[in-house]
Amino acid sequence: MAENVATIFQWLIFLGMAFISVLASFLVITRKNPIHSALFLVLTFLCVAGLYILLYSQFIAIIQVVVYAGAIVMLIVFVIMLLDLEVELKAKLKFVYSKVIGGFLAILFLFGIFYAVVAKSPTGKVGSYTPEKVTANVKAVGEVLFTQYLLPFQVIGILLSAAIIGAVILTKKRT
Amino acid sequence: MKIPEIDLYLIAPEIILAAFGFLVLLLDVFLPNKGRKSYLGMVTLIGIVLAFLYTLPQIGLVKSGFAGMYISDGFALFFKITFLIIAFLTVLISMGYTQREGIAFGEYYALILFATLGMMLMASGSHLITIFLGLETMSISIYVLVGLMREDKRSVEAALKYFLLGAFATGFLLYGIALIYGATGSLYLKDIATYIASKSLLRNPMLLMSLVFLTIGFGFKIASVPFHMWTPDVYEGAPTSITAFMATGVKAAGFSALIRVFFSALPAFRPDWTSIMWVICVATMTLGNIAAISQTNIKRMLAYSSIAHAGYILVAFVAGNDLGTSGILFYLMAYAFMNLGAFTCVILLGKKGEENTLITDYAGIGFKYPLLAVSMTIFLLSMAGIPPLSGFMAKFYVFSAAVKEKFYWLAILGVLNSAVSVYYYLRVTVLMYFRESEREITGLQFSPASVIALILAVIGTLYMGIFPANVLSFAQRSIAGLM
Repeated sequence: MAENVATIFQWLIFLGMAFISVLASFLVITRKNPIHSALFLVLTFLCVAGLYILLYSQFIAIIQVVVYAGAIVMLIVFVIMLLDLEVELKAKLKFVYSKVIGGFLAILFLFGIFYAVVAKSPTGKVGSYTPEKVTANVKAVGEVLFTQYLLPFQVIGILLSAAIIGAVILTKKRT
Repeated sequence: MKIPEIDLYLIAPEIILAAFGFLVLLLDVFLPNKGRKSYLGMVTLIGIVLAFLYTLPQIGLVKSGFAGMYISDGFALFFKITFLIIAFLTVLISMGYTQREGIAFGEYYALILFATLGMMLMASGSHLITIFLGLETMSISIYVLVGLMREDKRSVEAALKYFLLGAFATGFLLYGIALIYGATGSLYLKDIATYIASKSLLRNPMLLMSLVFLTIGFGFKIASVPFHMWTPDVYEGAPTSITAFMATGVKAAGFSALIRVFFSALPAFRPDWTSIMWVICVATMTLGNIAAISQTNIKRMLAYSSIAHAGYILVAFVAGNDLGTSGILFYLMAYAFMNLGAFTCVILLGKKGEENTLITDYAGIGFKYPLLAVSMTIFLLSMAGIPPLSGFMAKFYVFSAAVKEKFYWLAILGVLNSAVSVYYYLRVTVLMYFRESEREITGLQFSPASVIALILAVIGTLYMGIFPANVLSFAQRSIAGLM
């Protein structure tokens, strides 16, 4: 009984997430205001992160939120604010060519995904998830990061400090 | 969970460079304002010398560490020594120049140290992630250093150009690395080579694409045609000391990673990359030399000449034999001395607000500043490949490697190109000695550190030209076990 409830609950979450993500991504491309589009993009990313959690991939879900919903959308919003989009908005959707090409590419991509999922039936490890396997996901990444990839991990520290030093020296007021 | 062996002696030079980088930053903040600027350069020099002293005892040993991420072999050590020499000379010529141009911050020296660290990691990475991170550490530091003169429009333009194009090239490189991982399932250079050999993946489209992407990524860093467009603008706009650092250090680091990745991970694809590189090599030499002839600015001329030199070095890369590889090592070290020396002369002939970088500005300085003119002549003749200077020996090794592998056309085109280059190098010399100056250049301040750098560069150029055997045999010993 309890298992049935859990399964139904999972299905409900999946359907909700899937529905919202499709709806939000549709809104991303239909909104006139680019800031609204960017915010709906965040919603899409968050829903996809939820789908990853349902697939027992917490690490990818966390990265999805931190990198995509956090950093990349931040960058997009910054660029939108720096550019003057009023002019673009007034010149109402002149680029028909780009729409045709974009639509063509989107359909091509859709068929590609269908082909990969249906015809090729992706291979992977078979078997049900156990609590050990689920926690092993993040743990494995952490372990590898601090053992095998210890040196690169340290080097990233130097790299990021060089980047921050550079950002400060190029922007701060000099005395 | 297996903790890998952590051998800190192995990366002692890198640790020292990082520590001194942060030390210089802190000293800049905490030391009293008066006279601190000259201390910073001195502290940086001490750091570089210390790193050098920790590099020397490792010569002759081959040791791998950090779960195979890092290898310290002869090849890596030769390049590390080259990078440290380049960094040492760069800091020496920077000490006067940065004060003159008002960019003598702790950050300047710290970024030079971090860039050197990145170069060293590129040379001694045995895993594509280490090599990539080394390249990025170097690149990000250099992007910032190029744009350090914020009041100068050209400097800002150069930084932006270099950053945007560099980020694009990095994307290509990373895509290539990802494709290699997808095809072979490993990023260890040795494992990639064994996997390709065991599965005979020679016609694998993923690997062929990755070969192209890696060529683009590294080709950008070494400024080879057709990925050279940024070079003249960036070299002209950057602070001259950083231009010298880029032309020698970044180029050498790019070649070290290129050789390491192609020779130890992708030796099976030699026929494929030879045909690509042959074309790139000829295009690089020819375009560099022909474009250099018509330049009126000495920094732009040296930029095009550095493109041409990348072409000469690629001749040896195409030949790919032992003589060729040791020739590349020799060439890069010889080029470091002569190019850094030439840029030192360019720096010394300028003053605040008046750079004097037009080639016509060199008219008549031969008798006014005899020491400067003689050294400049030595460096230019060496770059042109006139015996008994180091540039001649370097070109000799590179071209004879090509002849040995029966790349006759490549050697002939190289020699012809070298003959073309004599024209624009000699033009500056002729101007210096046989023309009256059109306007007076007065009030030059020769900072003692720059003069020391100049003398060291002259000694290096002459020594490697007259006694090339010592350095060449060291280079030959260094590449043992690379292939």
